[in-house]
Amino acid sequence: METLQAIAEALRPFWGLWLMGLFLAIVAWALWPKRKAEMEQHARIPLRDDDGEM
Amino acid sequence: MFSHSKIEQNVILMLVLILITVSIGGLVEIVPLYTVESTIERVEGVRPYTPLELRGRDIYIREGCYLCHSQQVRPFRDEVERYGHYSLAAESMYDHPFQWGSKRTGPDLARVGGKYSNEWHAAHMADPRSVVPESIMPAYGFMLDRPLEAADIAERLETNRAVGVPYSDEMIENAAADLEAQADPEADTDDLLARYPKAAVGDFDGNPALLSEMDAMVAYMQILGRMVDFTDVKPEDLRQ
Amino acid sequence: MTDQASASSSAYNEGVIRLLVIATMFWGVAAFLVGVLIALQLAYPVLNLDLEWFSFGRVRPLHTSGAIFGFGGNALIATSFYVVQRTGRTTLFGGETLAGFVFVGYQLFLVMAGVGYLLGITQGREYAEPEWYVDLWLTLVWVVYLLVFLGTTVAMLHIVNALALPVSWTGTKSYSLFSGVQDALTQWWYGHNAVGFFLTAGFLGIMYYFIPKQAERPVYSYRLSIIHFWSIIFLYIWAGPHHLFYTSLPDWAQTLGMTFSVMLWMPSWGGMINGIMTLSGAWDKLRTDPVLRFLVVSVAFYGMSTFEGPLMSVKPVNALSHWTDWTVGHTHSGALGCSARSISWCPSCGGARGSIPSVWSAFTSGSRPSASCSTSRPCGSRASCKA
Repeated sequence: METLQAIAEALRPFWGLWLMGLFLAIVAWALWPKRKAEMEQHARIPLRDDDGEM
Repeated sequence: MFSHSKIEQNVILMLVLILITVSIGGLVEIVPLYTVESTIERVEGVRPYTPLELRGRDIYIREGCYLCHSQQVRPFRDEVERYGHYSLAAESMYDHPFQWGSKRTGPDLARVGGKYSNEWHAAHMADPRSVVPESIMPAYGFMLDRPLEAADIAERLETNRAVGVPYSDEMIENAAADLEAQADPEADTDDLLARYPKAAVGDFDGNPALLSEMDAMVAYMQILGRMVDFTDVKPEDLRQ
Repeated sequence: MTDQASASSSAYNEGVIRLLVIATMFWGVAAFLVGVLIALQLAYPVLNLDLEWFSFGRVRPLHTSGAIFGFGGNALIATSFYVVQRTGRTTLFGGETLAGFVFVGYQLFLVMAGVGYLLGITQGREYAEPEWYVDLWLTLVWVVYLLVFLGTTVAMLHIVNALALPVSWTGTKSYSLFSGVQDALTQWWYGHNAVGFFLTAGFLGIMYYFIPKQAERPVYSYRLSIIHFWSIIFLYIWAGPHHLFYTSLPDWAQTLGMTFSVMLWMPSWGGMINGIMTLSGAWDKLRTDPVLRFLVVSVAFYGMSTFEGPLMSVKPVNALSHWTDWTVGHTHSGALGCSARSISWCPSCGGARGSIPSVWSAFTSGSRPSASCSTSRPCGSRASCKA
């Protein structure tokens, strides 16, 4: 419990920044132009079963 | 190169990432509440429940009363005027589990103690519409005839102590005797009241011959919200 | 069983999914009927019959648990088993045996919990009513499920919330480890996330698989789905305190809960927009495909309840809505409008894969269907493409 409290207190001032950073990282990662083709491929995952290709 | 498909294909990695994400929220939000000094107000009077009140509370939970009755007065004028001083965290610090509720089909019960007589409560629970004609509460007449099961009362107190309720050795030793004495109009209740100040004593259900579930329920109703004396609470005591 | 086992070596495990679909329907109908009963009890208290095990307080958890865990839980397990095999192109880990244990174990959990409620055996914490012995059993079932699927957050939530200390190992009564405020927040951290992850994220998963499938269109924006999925996961965790506004919970926690709840609006609508836009160019299918109609209405309700939720999480609005039937209505528009409708994939797999008809014939003739997906899908092609 003591350590948990210490961790929580250490995290507390930074959680806003931390979450914001994480969010921006995810957005940047997802929108990175290089990944466009890969992403469009992934959008077809639900259809994979139908088209017979692996 | 990092790729989201690796996460999707490696479910363990995805699970770990989700768990980390979940844990941060839990850590930052829940853990600080355990630094009790900043969460629980500094007020006097909150004590563990008497054995009889505790059994009443067990029955309150068993019957699902919390599904229609809240035990939490919010700091609004309408609620304070109807029910009394708004609820403090300190007042439920020995409640395992809390019973704040989420729905008020019936009225709030956080401060119902002392508002009605024992006779009213017993009549109301046995047949709600006999005293409140428009009530839609189910009737609990069986509580009048059912003897209160309390053979394990000392164990129940000990279990509560194990999760942090400050029951003393003396309280646990005398649990069975205190349980009987609280509902017995003939009993000597000085020791009981020394251990548990402000406990309502006497016959609760109109039948002194039987220690019924109704006795326990009414005893519990009568202590709700009465432990803290708000006449000598100063505003700075209420700061969280 | 033998033919099932041999079939599963060349095709997906479908027997257990059929059983889960039947269980979903059973618990759904049961929970809805019990819901009608308790609603009538509220209007006509005489219907409590003065019987302790029939009174509102004991029957309501049967309704909520039946709907969330019986109806929703079975549907999600079925969907996850169905989808994980198809996207991973593999059969279930442990085959029908482990998955069968999950099925039987989960139904046993539901029955133990439900019988307990009627007997008055409850922890008295909303959506977490089952007592310690039921929780222990459920934890075992979840662990096996994780073994089979490896990927749900709910098991951890459940373990945290099941931290109750039994009075005696032979009795049924326990006292929760936490008290008062702390218990309230852990309870609603769980209660909120049970609804959030279980009903929202899980059913969003259903949407992302079955809308593209039915519409025969790719997901509108896979990038959007990544962004809004992780945003939902991050934000949801913090939103629990919106069940505790203006209570004795410290103000800072309430404010945190409100902020994150309002922020949740955006990623939720990200999901709705993605679902609806997936249909662009395929709207004509709504004329002919009843499953797609259900899915679209489901997404529409998802959009409405995820707007209403943040709205109700604004403290002054909550001052009015808390304790009232507004909350109950919100739950129902989410659970019935969104979650229940998205289960319409069940007939969809029935229509396309013959599972419901073959389940039905098994039901009436008393025998298990001989092979999975026998009616309209050529199993051989799938087997060959696996190889």
